[in-house]
Amino acid sequence: MRIKIDNSIKYLLFLLAFSVAIFTYLIPDIFWSIDNFQSISTQIPILGILTLAMLIPMITGGINLSIIATMNACSLIIAYLVTQNNTILFIIIACLLGIVASMIIGVFNGILIAKIRVSPILATLGTMTLINGINILMTNGSTISNFPNLILSINNESLFFIPIPMIIFILLSLFVWFILEKTTLGRSIYFVGNNEKATFYSGINTNRVIITVYVLSSILCCFAAILMMSKLNSAKASYGDSYLLISILATVLGGINPDGGKGKVIGVIVSLILLQIIESGLNIIGISSYITLILWGSLLIFFVFIQRDHNK
Amino acid sequence: MKVTSNNILLVTVLFLIINLSVFTNEFLSIENIYDMVNNYAVLMILSCGLFVVLVSGGIDISFPAITIITQYVAISFIQAYDIGFIFMFVVSIITGILLGLLNGIIVNKSNVPSIIITISTLNIFYGALLYFSKGIWLYDFPEWFSQEYILLKKTTQDGFEYGISFQAIIAIIAILLTYFIMNKSSIGRKIYALGGSKDATARMGFSVLKLHLFVYGYMGLMASFAGIVQAYTLQSVAPDSLLGYELVVLAAVVLGGASLSGGKGSLFGIVLGVILLAIIQNGLNLLRIDSYWQTVITGIIIILSVSATAWGQYKNKGSKI
Repeated sequence: MRIKIDNSIKYLLFLLAFSVAIFTYLIPDIFWSIDNFQSISTQIPILGILTLAMLIPMITGGINLSIIATMNACSLIIAYLVTQNNTILFIIIACLLGIVASMIIGVFNGILIAKIRVSPILATLGTMTLINGINILMTNGSTISNFPNLILSINNESLFFIPIPMIIFILLSLFVWFILEKTTLGRSIYFVGNNEKATFYSGINTNRVIITVYVLSSILCCFAAILMMSKLNSAKASYGDSYLLISILATVLGGINPDGGKGKVIGVIVSLILLQIIESGLNIIGISSYITLILWGSLLIFFVFIQRDHNK
Repeated sequence: MKVTSNNILLVTVLFLIINLSVFTNEFLSIENIYDMVNNYAVLMILSCGLFVVLVSGGIDISFPAITIITQYVAISFIQAYDIGFIFMFVVSIITGILLGLLNGIIVNKSNVPSIIITISTLNIFYGALLYFSKGIWLYDFPEWFSQEYILLKKTTQDGFEYGISFQAIIAIIAILLTYFIMNKSSIGRKIYALGGSKDATARMGFSVLKLHLFVYGYMGLMASFAGIVQAYTLQSVAPDSLLGYELVVLAAVVLGGASLSGGKGSLFGIVLGVILLAIIQNGLNLLRIDSYWQTVITGIIIILSVSATAWGQYKNKGSKI
C-alpha cells in the first residue's frame, strides 16, 4: 500500500517538475517573479482548505458536496454579526458562532450518513440544497459587505513574507495531517474507508468516527469562509460555486481513492500547487481560462490512467 | 396494497394534486397544465437518461454540458444551413451520442468511480464549449423552428391554444424508448444485471464495454433531445444556462427511487419523481410563496425522501451496519 501512495506522489512531482520546466522555458522572467509566487500563494489557501474539507470524508469512502454551502452559511452568519458591531470581542464571538453553525451542519450530515445510512452523495446533496436555500432566503440574495479592518487585515498582512492566509492553510494542513497520521481517530478513519463492517466488528464506534469526519470537514469550511470574507470584503449566498468540482478534482489528483481508505495530505498539497501553477502559468501566457478547465479535466483522466496501469 | 416507494410517491402526488386544485383556481386549468408540461419536458427527458445510467451502477454529471453542446452545434447548423427538422436532429443526436460514448469508453477503461470521470469530462466539455462559443448567446432561429407545433390542437374559450406540444411529443418518445429498452429488451436486463454486479455480468459473458458504451451513449442521446427541446422552448441558447442542473435531475431521479448503488429503480417511479418535483415547484408558485423558499423546500424533500428510502433498506436488512 505504501508503495502505491508514494508512486502517485512521484507522478505528481514529475508532472509538477514538467510544468515548471515548460513555464521556465516559455516565460522565465515572469514565472519566477515574486509577484507570481505571491499571486499563487493568495490563490491556494481558500481552495486548499476546501480541498482538505473534501479529503477527510473521501478517505472514509464518502464525499461532502455541501462544503461550499456550509462555507457560505458561515460567512453570512459571521458577516451579519460583524457588520452589527465591530469590537474585537464581538468579532471573535461571531467567528465562534460561525464554527458552531458549521458543527451543527456537520453533525446533521454525519447523522444522515452514519445513523440513517443515506449514501454520502445524496445526504450531502440534500443538505447542500437545503443550506443554499436557507442562505438565499435569509439574505434575499443580497450581498453583505464592508467588514471591520481586523477581518480584512487577514488577507493583507504577512508574517516573514508569507501571507497570513497561507500560514493558516499550512497550520490547518498540519492539523489534518496530525489527525490522520498520528491519532487513533485517524487510523479509524482509514479503517472505515477500507472496510466499514470489519471496523465495526473490531469494536470501533464507526458511527462516531463518521460523524466526527463530517464535523471536521464542516469546521474547515468555516475557516475557508473567514478567508473568503477577508479576500472579497463581502459575503453572498452564491459565492464560490466553482470551487466544489475543483476541490474534488484536486483531491482525486492528489492520490485519494474515492472508494476510501487511501490517500495522504501531502499528495493533495502537491496537486493543489500543480493546479495553481498551471492556472497562473497559462494565465500569464494569455491562454483562456477555459483551456485551463479543459487541461485540469484531462489531467485528472490522464492521472487516473497512469495510476491504473501501475496498479495492475 | 403493498407499501412500496412507488406507492408512497403516487399517494404524495395525488395528495398534492387534490390539495392544489382545492386551494388554487389555476392549478387544474388547461393553461397551467400545458405550461407545466412544456417547462418540465427537459427535466423528464434528462431524467430518463440518468435513470438508465444509475441502474447500470454508474452516474453521469457531465450531461448538462453535453446538452448545451448539442444544442449549440445543432442551432449553429440550422442558422448557417437550411437543413430542416430531421437533419437538425441528426446533427444533434450524433454530437450527443459521440460525447456520451467518450464518457463510456473512459469509464470502462479506468477503475475509478464514474462520478470522478464525469466531473473531469464536465470540466473538459464546458471548457471547450465556452472557449469555442466565447460565451455568445444564439438568437434569431429560422422561422420553422420558432413557430409552435401542436398536435390535436384545440382552443379554449378565451383563445388559448393547447394540445400535445412539440416538447410533450419528445418527452413521450423519450419515456417510451426508455420503457422499451429497460423493460422489454434483453439489453435492459443486462443493464440491471450490470448494476447488480459488474463481475457477475462479465462472467456471464456479457460485454461490459458494450453495456457501458450503450448506457453513456443513451445518456448522450437523451441530452441531445433535451437540448433541442430547451432551445425550442426558450428560443435562445445560452452556453451557461444549465450549469448546476445535474443536481436537479439527480434529485428527481433519486426521488423516483433509483439507487446510486445501481440495479434498482423503475421508470414509473422516475416519471412520478419528475412529476412530484414539477408539481411542488408549480404549486409553490401558484400559492404565491416567495421563490426563495423553493430551494429550501426542495432540499427538505430530498433529505426526507432519501432518508426514508435509506432507513427502510437499513431496517429490512436487519444488520448492524
